[in-house]
Amino acid sequence: MADRPSALAAYRALVGSRVRSQLAYRTSFGIDVVSSLILACAELAEVYVLFHNLDVLGGLDLRAALLVFGLSHLGFALANAVAGTLDTMPVYVRTGTLDVLLLRPQPLLTQVLAGDVMLKRLGGASVGLVTLLAALGAQDVDWTPARVVLLVTTPLSAAVVFAALFVAAGAVQFWLVEAAEVTNSFTYGSAYASSFSSAVLPAPLRLVFAFVVPAAFTAYLPTLALLGLPGPPWLPGWLGWCSPLVAVLAWLAAMGLWRLGIRHYTGAGG
Amino acid sequence: MNRTRGTGPVVDVRGLRREFVVRTAAGRLRRQRRVVRAVDDVTFALRRGETVGYIGANGAGKSTTIKMLTGILTPTAGEVRTCGLHPVQQRRTLARHIGVVFGQRSQLWWDLPLRDSLRILAALHRLPPAQAREREAELVDRLELGAFLDQPVRQLSLGQRMRGEVAAALLHSPDLIVLDEPTVGLDVLSKERLRVFLREEHAAHGRTLLLTTHDMDDVERLCERLLVVDRGRLVYDGDIAGLVARVGARRVLVVDLAEPSGALEAVVAAVPGSTLLGVEAGGLRQRIAFSPAAVTAADLLAAVTRVAPVRDLSIEEPDIEDVVRRLYESTGR
Repeated sequence: MADRPSALAAYRALVGSRVRSQLAYRTSFGIDVVSSLILACAELAEVYVLFHNLDVLGGLDLRAALLVFGLSHLGFALANAVAGTLDTMPVYVRTGTLDVLLLRPQPLLTQVLAGDVMLKRLGGASVGLVTLLAALGAQDVDWTPARVVLLVTTPLSAAVVFAALFVAAGAVQFWLVEAAEVTNSFTYGSAYASSFSSAVLPAPLRLVFAFVVPAAFTAYLPTLALLGLPGPPWLPGWLGWCSPLVAVLAWLAAMGLWRLGIRHYTGAGG
Repeated sequence: MNRTRGTGPVVDVRGLRREFVVRTAAGRLRRQRRVVRAVDDVTFALRRGETVGYIGANGAGKSTTIKMLTGILTPTAGEVRTCGLHPVQQRRTLARHIGVVFGQRSQLWWDLPLRDSLRILAALHRLPPAQAREREAELVDRLELGAFLDQPVRQLSLGQRMRGEVAAALLHSPDLIVLDEPTVGLDVLSKERLRVFLREEHAAHGRTLLLTTHDMDDVERLCERLLVVDRGRLVYDGDIAGLVARVGARRVLVVDLAEPSGALEAVVAAVPGSTLLGVEAGGLRQRIAFSPAAVTAADLLAAVTRVAPVRDLSIEEPDIEDVVRRLYESTGR
């Protein structure tokens, strides 16, 4: 089948069409972007208000806290644009869209993700990016080649971790069809927990948001590694270097759960 | 490109069974677990190039069977091979060989022009560009899509959208075409246009056609063979003539009388092959089923007119529901 175009061309066509159709309704697209910008700015204001009254929170000063905020928001916004559509898995099931996708010669998850890329959710990414750059400008980071690599890979690792959370939450909905509220609190809750220092959390919760739901690996731990900070008990700063590895593991786990979910949907077991 | 996979049957189903677990509340906390057999020990094979109607009442197990044939649902027991493939395990390979149209759900992108949907589908099926262009042009021409190809799908009428759905399902030239209620909700002209296209597609490319429908005209115009299911079981496998011979094809004469009259029992008693189905509007409208083999519509009408003057009349063709119902009755339901 050497004459067949690659599957990549298919997804280029699909994603391209989604992007075009979103840009076709300019006013509505503009409103969506602006509203996600406002939301992200409100969260940023929350950090600013906190540090107006405190010099240090959870072992981080304002500049470090903004670094965490920027990394977390950039990573989450990227994941949300690509995988946020998994929020609506019950709709896919109820309307039979899932059956239609199962009848095409491409993997289901890739079709779901490529079929609903949401550019509007990138509004949050721009706030994250600007905050990140501003925080870096204000920091005295002891730059080494390894730290540059860590800085560049962290938003990507974070995006993979959050995307894995979306996939896991979507997969769970094959069993619990009306559980969108629960799974949303899981994905958005993790995103929120990742946007500030894990050291403010009680120890058990801190461990949950690091080793069960790896939210701490998306921003807090990489920030510790970038700044060379020691970290709270049970969460040494060097763990930040493991973020890419944790992202890969999280993605593999999410894929496993997704496969089980599909098997359950098709009645093959589970 | 050679798309045939051997010379075996296109669909081969043996002892197919599918159970669902239904949980119902029993008391405050307890829930009762009940196993329902949606498909029960169904066996059949479809030869290449056959046109087959899959018929049955709502809930008889039609959709469940189609889902198992196409890899959406795993059988509880039994064997399925579609195009020689294991549907669930080889779902993505199978998807290249089958085209499925669901009358009730769309595979088009509602906010994109139909043309874009076809382009994306061609890419998802990884059709070589030249082949995709040629096939698209053929389908646009034969399904007469040209006039609305550049309109967003959400703006299309149901008939236009359905033709678009069919084009989308057949773009990759599948060996087996499965249509689930393709004509439901369509106007007479759209139905006819779709049937003509499907007949041509079958004649020109020898594709195997499997469709579920409630429309007797669909069955008569499109299906050489019928599979009738009742409560998950296959109760008839054969042609229409055989089905009609088994249950009789009755037409229904509906007469509107000039004045209310008692039930026309005497008339049906005198005319062989006729039965009184119902009396409406206090005797003003009466429905008489008759077997065309035993009596002509004219003779029956004459017999009615002798008893009561007729103001208006209509004749209903046998519908598939009626035939299936009587088949169910004849099999002891």
